[in-house]
Amino acid sequence: MRLLWQKKHSFQSLRSRLNNNMSTSVIKIENLTKQYFGATFLSLEKIDLQIVEGSIYGLLGPNGAGKTTLISILCGLIKPSEGKVLIADKSYKNNAKEIQKMIGVVPQEYALYPKLTAKENLLYFGSMFGIPKSELKPLVLSHLDQLGLLPFADKKIKTFSGGMKRRVNLIAGILHKPRILFLDEPTVGVDVQSKQAITTKLKELNKEGTTIIYTSHHLREAQDLCTKVGIIDSGKIIAEDTPDNLVSSIKNARNLEDVFIELTGRELRDYA
Amino acid sequence: MHKFLTSIKKEYLLLLRDPGGLIILFLMPVVLVITITIIQDATFKSVSGNTIEILLVDKDKGKLSDEIQKSFNEIEFLTPISKFDNLPLTEEKAKHLIASGTYQLAVVIPEGLSSGLEKQIDKNIGKILEEFEGTVSDTLYTTRLKEESPKKVTLYFDPITQEAFRSSVIFAVDKLIANIETKSIYKGFEKELGESESLTSFNRDNFVKYEQINPSLDGESILPNSVQHNIPAWTLFAIFFMILPLSLNVVHEKGQGTFVRLQTTPINYLTIIAGKATLFLLVSVIQFTLILVLGIFVFPVLGLPVLEIGDKLGLLYVVAFSAGLAAVGLGILLGTIFNSHEQAAPFGAVLVVLLAAIGGVWVPVFAMPDTMQIIAKISPMNWGLEAFYDIFLRKGDITTILPEIGLLIGFFISTIVIAILYYEKKKAV
Repeated sequence: MRLLWQKKHSFQSLRSRLNNNMSTSVIKIENLTKQYFGATFLSLEKIDLQIVEGSIYGLLGPNGAGKTTLISILCGLIKPSEGKVLIADKSYKNNAKEIQKMIGVVPQEYALYPKLTAKENLLYFGSMFGIPKSELKPLVLSHLDQLGLLPFADKKIKTFSGGMKRRVNLIAGILHKPRILFLDEPTVGVDVQSKQAITTKLKELNKEGTTIIYTSHHLREAQDLCTKVGIIDSGKIIAEDTPDNLVSSIKNARNLEDVFIELTGRELRDYA
Repeated sequence: MHKFLTSIKKEYLLLLRDPGGLIILFLMPVVLVITITIIQDATFKSVSGNTIEILLVDKDKGKLSDEIQKSFNEIEFLTPISKFDNLPLTEEKAKHLIASGTYQLAVVIPEGLSSGLEKQIDKNIGKILEEFEGTVSDTLYTTRLKEESPKKVTLYFDPITQEAFRSSVIFAVDKLIANIETKSIYKGFEKELGESESLTSFNRDNFVKYEQINPSLDGESILPNSVQHNIPAWTLFAIFFMILPLSLNVVHEKGQGTFVRLQTTPINYLTIIAGKATLFLLVSVIQFTLILVLGIFVFPVLGLPVLEIGDKLGLLYVVAFSAGLAAVGLGILLGTIFNSHEQAAPFGAVLVVLLAAIGGVWVPVFAMPDTMQIIAKISPMNWGLEAFYDIFLRKGDITTILPEIGLLIGFFISTIVIAILYYEKKKAV
């Protein structure tokens, strides 16, 4: 069982690297539209997008732009109203379980049980991915060690600081070595040290072949981390390119923040 | 299987680390069953026991009122009080004490009851004897005695007393007065006919007597008591009350990020809820065991009747398990449908009380109006209650309870299927 699981994941990793070299799109989105029940506006409007395997794709946009809706559809949490989403050439309609095995999700909120210890949380979520028991415990301890949390493995999550919770949150999403990792604001509300530990870990994962799709309001962090960025506003992708190309495409823009302001405007995006 | 077992372990750890939840799940049912049984036991005894103080106002002060007082003293469940603050009770005082709720019942014996009854009996006997002898001797009875107007024994009831209590008291007082009247008639005959041998050897015992038999399906006769009635009813209430913490558990899970993570793992909704369902089912079985232990070992210490389970322990567990399944299914369904504690908590609590009321936990189904008797049949609590009564009171076997068990399990399957379908439908919105 353990060998089989290792072989399967090594194969996935190898395939991922091969695909990366060939610039294969691991996520294909066509004409994607979403209108929530009772809503008078479209949360997503005819989005076409392709994300190359092995890339770190930053999905940026103001509040209410449609980032979370897009990520939720890609993770299979909600269904689109129209359009097509293919994850590694598979659709949720016919291959939900297969897709779920190859994706990892790190939600913006702490997706952890406060009354369980870090180890208990990770053992539970690891089990849900079918990681064999004998493999899981050393894997959990190894990840906790890498992110500086081993001394706190047996402490309850409710006693953790925000940064510690964010790191455990990340581990819970990567235990099964996902081919594609979705992160929604993974560094929000954490100190510089935790932020650095998280971004370093993400870069490591990417080097190992994991495709990362990531939303953030930290534009400097996105500029540093992402190989490609898509700016979304009012449910539409309004710009998409590498961070450098986007910066150079706008006159007088010094960084991604200037590009973002230029494209989405300065008006406040409060909504209810 | 590993995922399922890990889910149970997770739920177990979460419950273990929630002392408040543990108290609600295990201590509250015990407190509930003890409290209700003690109260109900008193009510049971009040029909045949010796617990209720009644005010007795004697305006007659004759032989008959003495007789009535003696007879009241002999009624087990009534303790007559004829003095208040060391003063003989007046009708006005008694009325005030009843109206203020200090006492629940007052009996006022009217003035001249003894003499009036005596005269009336004399007159009646005289008539009989005249007709019997065929002569109008010295017109002793029929002409000398004038007709007595009927006397009224007045009963004052506290407005809070229930109809069943009033009926049983009126019945007891009526029987008592009728007995005294009968005795007086015998005495009247004795007076007129003298101490003849035939009269003294006359059998004055009631010819018609009553025997109460509680037949059971296996032929044994069982005496139902408050424990035998209350344990099944309130155990079911406790089991179904689990709907509340379970639905809140599901709502809570949905409200935190863990649910988002679980939704993106390669497991289905059934696996997510299976761990919760299994743990709460286990909780219901433990609750039932605690209540059985209570009924068998603790109740006698508290002066309550012991719970008789005979050799039906296995069947009782079958019913408790099936009722637990139904409760778990309903809890999961409510938790799936509702999105907040504010929705789930009051609805769940009211629903349990409603199911209990409809199901016959408080008022027996046979005593309900026709429409409610039909509605009672759709309450899972009624199915469980009937199955428990079949075992506890009618000494039924597995075949007797099979229909109810089938309904409870069917209810569980239906609620889980609806919960899964609702979840899938909701995902598409």
